[in-house]
Formats: sequence, structure tokens, C-alpha cells
Amino acid sequence: MTTAKWGERLKRNGFAWALLLPSLIFLGLFTYYPMLKTAWLSLHQSDLATPKPVFIGFDNYITMFQDAVFQKVFTNNIWFAIGTVPTSMALAFVMALFADKAMRGRGFVRFAYFYPNMIPMIAVANIWLFIYTPQYGLLARFASWFGQSDMSLLGHPDTVMGALVVMLIWKEAGYFMIFYLAGLQNIPKDLYESAAVDGVGVWTVLRRITIPLTMPTTLFVAIVALTNAFKLVDHLWIMTKGGPDNASSLLLYHIYDTAFSFYDQGMGAAMTVVMIVLLLVLSSLQFFGWDKKIHYQ
Amino acid sequence: MQMRAKWMLLVVVCFTMLLGCAKSQTTETSTSANKEPETAQTTPAAEEPIELQFYYPIAVGGPLTKVIEDMTAKFTQKHPNIKVNSVYTGSYADTTTKIQAGIQAQQPPDVAVMLSTELFSMLDTNAVIPLDDFIAKDSSFNKEDIYPAFMANSQVEGKTYSIPFQRSTIVLYYNKAAFKEAGLDPEKPPTTWEELTQYASKLKKDGRQGIEIPGSGFAYWMFQLFSLQNAKDVNQNLMSEDGKKAFFNTPENVEALQYWVDLSKKHKVMPEGVIEWATVPTDFIEGKTAMMIHTTGNLTNVKNNAKFDFGVAFLPMSKQYGSPTGGGNFYIFKDIDPKKQAAAWEFVKFMTEPEMAAQWSIDTGYVGVRKSAYETELMKKYAAEFPQALVARDQLQHAHAELSTHNNGKVSKALTDQIQAALTGTTDPATALKKAQEDADKALAPFNK
Repeated sequence: MTTAKWGERLKRNGFAWALLLPSLIFLGLFTYYPMLKTAWLSLHQSDLATPKPVFIGFDNYITMFQDAVFQKVFTNNIWFAIGTVPTSMALAFVMALFADKAMRGRGFVRFAYFYPNMIPMIAVANIWLFIYTPQYGLLARFASWFGQSDMSLLGHPDTVMGALVVMLIWKEAGYFMIFYLAGLQNIPKDLYESAAVDGVGVWTVLRRITIPLTMPTTLFVAIVALTNAFKLVDHLWIMTKGGPDNASSLLLYHIYDTAFSFYDQGMGAAMTVVMIVLLLVLSSLQFFGWDKKIHYQ
Repeated sequence: MQMRAKWMLLVVVCFTMLLGCAKSQTTETSTSANKEPETAQTTPAAEEPIELQFYYPIAVGGPLTKVIEDMTAKFTQKHPNIKVNSVYTGSYADTTTKIQAGIQAQQPPDVAVMLSTELFSMLDTNAVIPLDDFIAKDSSFNKEDIYPAFMANSQVEGKTYSIPFQRSTIVLYYNKAAFKEAGLDPEKPPTTWEELTQYASKLKKDGRQGIEIPGSGFAYWMFQLFSLQNAKDVNQNLMSEDGKKAFFNTPENVEALQYWVDLSKKHKVMPEGVIEWATVPTDFIEGKTAMMIHTTGNLTNVKNNAKFDFGVAFLPMSKQYGSPTGGGNFYIFKDIDPKKQAAAWEFVKFMTEPEMAAQWSIDTGYVGVRKSAYETELMKKYAAEFPQALVARDQLQHAHAELSTHNNGKVSKALTDQIQAALTGTTDPATALKKAQEDADKALAPFNK
């Protein structure tokens, strides 16, 4: 009986599986296999002092959570996410509303908002490095009208993170706006028409129609924004190298440093596992928890 | 029927993909089979064609990939049987990462330029060969001709593992026009720490700093110059020669770091906080700082872009003159065909010949690594037009090895982090160096067993 069921099932789903097979092979080869291998490596000591990896159980994890630099980098990353995600999303939403409503120069407005996203991160970092340069940088010149020209935002532990957050918001908001624009255009126009007939105010329309109906977009954008906050580190190479004294270092940058400048591969693997788990938890929370509270219609 | 056609198509697609994988695998095994050393004959027959993989980074401005290509082309003209595939591999860090990946996959390049300070990491990963046999056998290569300060980072326990190629030191650049304006003699740059402070405060005005010293990425390197100048003994460096000990926390080093911090905090002649490495030369060229302490690698850049007359001088001294060296060396790799290693040696020798070293120095601003490079017509002519190019060379007699230890990444980062903490005022120099010493000791502990 079971065999008959299996045969039937295979007949029904076999083609689908076969179609999935090529991408599954590649995913397995380049995503899941390396992940497992990393998890396995994270249980070993493998650095310059131990050319042949030695199994040490969870020692890497214990050392990692006690390591002051790791703690700092981890908190930095949390602040970086808190700093960039809500603001860039809110900004993207407002920009999308404007770009959607703008009568004249619609294309231009959209392009203007979107263009920071077309510049590679490395180029963005170079531009903003110039903006933040003390004395003759763009910001310094502007500030010199108020008699403040020597401020070095990237050179101080208190200001460096804020400066990088602002840059990332500038870069990301336009990208998220595109999703919101698409979301806005999916809202049926008759809802707005009937609201207008009933004489409902602008704010109520926004609160009762626009925001709830773009919630699926918000969910998606939130996932992208959160993961980006952990994935985008290119600018650190150009702007600060994680300094001063690790004040701007982020998790992924620290992983790179550990694995490739310190050759401490066991520890690098352990941090990578933490990062993977973190990203998995973030995305699963959203998919399984928040999902139910969202109105799709 | 249609279903069947779909299935067929799918099977075909899958097979092609599998074939693709299988094919690349077979080629890989065949190349590694080729790499099996043929122990019978190790000296290369002149006519036997050999291909070399050469990885190199570029760390200073200018169209240098072309210069390297020209140099390798000249080499092949001289040695028609050796073909050099030069591969530009990005920054120093990228190059090292690629090479490390290659080593792990047992596919290293044959020869490469890496930071001279990678020596212990290369030894600990068992990746490079000592070059003493080549040097001893080869009468055309005179080791004594290479400046000893540059060789210092190549040698450990009596063996030589790398040959200097693109090497730099740190010098003082100063704006002669600003000196005149401040009533200072433009031919008399500061020679001591006190003079440096005095001059800097005279030069400082609204919109112009007295001096700038970068504290971002290479803070440990900049700190090393103060440390060497203030050391009790001329030969006292930040680390032991065997790379197993770090000497960060000494009273002299605390004084040295205090002086660096004081330049901004107490004397107010330098911007506060950590100054970005890359903006310092721009500040100097723009006249936003009257003096800067920076690598000689920027000499050509400053020469081409500064609109004022500028001078280059020895770094001011405390107890003595002093500067660390920096930059990249040639390494030849293990686990490759000995014939390739011999060919790689020919290549390394060619690339550091006096004429080549002179040309490379002129094109880049790096210091010519050999004494005889400065005897070439090319260099003499260049130095006559541009005497600043000789300052770094002359300072070499006071130069020492760059900070390089086992576990070098961690050790130098331990120092850089704490220097930045002191510069930004988060900690005081004594606490900073104590912490740096602790972290470095921890990183070095496995090598002192």
C-alpha cells in the first residue's frame, strides 16, 4: 500500500523535484555543505599555532562570548541595525508616497531617490569619506559657517557609528522605496475613491488603508534591511578599518579579520555560525510570527 | 508524449551539468599530477618551457600593473623558456588571502609579493622555502648589496626567506612655503621632538594644522617610529628577532605614545582623534597641514600634486633617529616543482637587479632595495633632479625591521587598537600599552611553549 502511495506521489511530484534538482545541487554544494563544514570547523582549534585542526568541543564559543572585542563588535552591530533599519524604512515609505503622488517629474523623482542604490558600496564609502573629511570635506565646509570645522566624525569613537549609520540610510532608503512603490500600486484604487466619497481625512486614509495594505511589503523590506545591517561591511575597509579601537567594527568585518588576518579559522567559523543562527532566527521570527498579523487583502 | 519530451530534456540538462563538474575535476587532478616533483633532475634545462604563476598586490597609486607587465616581459626576453603569468591580486590583504586559500587547496602560486611581515605566518603555515641555497649557489646575486634594514624582516634564525622588492620607510614631509611664512628656515627641518613641537606650533594657524600623523589602519607602524627613536638601546625594537616576544609595555614606549598624544591634546598642533591614513597626504597637498609624517610610498604622489615647494627630511629624533621599514618582499613557495622554484629564483633575481630596482623606485616612490641601484645612471639622473628621493635611502642606516611576530595579525591589531584608544582619549598611554602587552602575550603564548 505504501509503495503504491509512493509511486503515485512520485508521479505527481517527480517532475517538480526534477526541476528543483539542479538548483538544489548548487545550493547544497555552495550553501548547505559549506555551512555544515563551517559548523564542524567551529568545534576545532585551527590557527597559526595549530596547523592540524584539533577538536576542542565548544571552547571556541566559550572564548568568543568572553572576548571583549567580540562583545563590542556584536553590540555595535545591534546598534547599527537599530540605527539603520527603522529610519531607512520610514524614509523609504515617505519617499514612496511622494514619488507615487508627484505629478510632474515622476520619473526624475524616482530616479533621484533610487540612484544611491546604483552606486557600488565601495564608491559610496569613498564619497562619504570625502564628505566626512575634516577641514575641507563637504560637511566640514558646511559646519565652518557655524565656526566648527575641525570635527573628525570618523576619528572619534562616539561619532563614528552615527556617521556610518547616516551613510547607510542614504544608500538603502532608495532601494526600499522601490518595494514600497510597487506595494502602493497594488492597493486597489476604489478603496481610496470610496474613502474620498465618505470624506475621510488624509491621515485616516494613511492609517487605515495605506499602511495596513503595504504590510506585506514592510515585512519583506524589514527582512532585507535587517539582514543587510549584518551583511553590508564593504565601507569599513575604505573608511575606518573598524577603528578607532573597534568602535565601528561589525560582526562580518570581525569575522573576516579573524579568519584572514589572524588566520584563526576555528574562531572565525564559530563567529560565522553565530551570525548564521542570528540571521536564521531573525528571518524565521518574521515568517512564522509576524506573518499572521498581516492583512494581505 | 509531451511529458516524455520534458523528461528527456531534463535528463539531458542534468547530464551536461554533471559532465561539466566531472570535467573540471579531471583537469584539476591532471594538473596536480603534473606538479609532482620529478626528483631525478632539479636543475632546469635551458630549453624546457616553464610557466610561473606570479601574484602581486599594488598598494600605491599610478598605472603600476603596466609597469609590472613590462618588467615581466623583459624577463621573458632574457629567459625565453620561462613564461611568467603575472596576476594582479588586489591589495596586500587580498593577495595574502588568495595565497592562503591556494596553500590550503595545495595550489599555491609559484612566486608572489607579500608584506615582509607575513614571514612568520608563512612559516607557521609551512608555505615558503628558505632561499639560502639559491643565494649560496648563485654568484651573480650579492646579498650584501641589499640594504640590511630591508633584509631584517626577511631573516629568522639565520635563514633568509624573502627578497625585498617594494620597500618603504617613514619620513617627514614639510611645506617650505609655510616654513617661510612662519619665519622658519625652509632648509632646516626639525630634527628633535622639541623642535618638532615648536615648529608645529609656529606653523599652526586658522585652517592649517602644524602636523598630521595618521592613526587609522597602520597605527602600530607609526607608533613604531616614536618607539625606535625613544628606545634605551638603538637596537631595541618592539619585538624579539625570533618573533616570539613583544615588548610594548616599556617606560620608553609609554613616553613615546604620550608624546604622540600630546601633539594634539597638549600642544594642539595636530587634529584630535584618529587621523585617517589616506586623507593625510591630501591634507598636505592642499596645504591644510604644514608637515606630515607618512610613508615614502607617497613621494611620487606629493611630487606630482603639490603646488608648493616641499622638503623631505629624516624623522625628528628623541634619543636617536629611527624608522621602521615597510612594504613587500618576494616569496617562493613550497610544494611546487623544484624546477619552478629555480625559475622563480631567476625571476626574483631579475626583478631586483639594480636597473630594475632603480626604475621601480622612480615609478613608485618606493626605496630602491639595493645599494647599487643608486649607482645606476637612471637613478643618478633622477636624484639630481629630485634630491628628496635620496632622503629615505639615507635614513635607512637608522631604520629597523617592521613589527613582525608569530600570530602577527593579532599582535599588531592588539597594538593598533590600544594606540587608537589612547589617541581618542579613551585610555591613557600607560594603561593602553599595558593592555596591548597583555593581548599580545596571549596571542604569542602558544609559540613560547
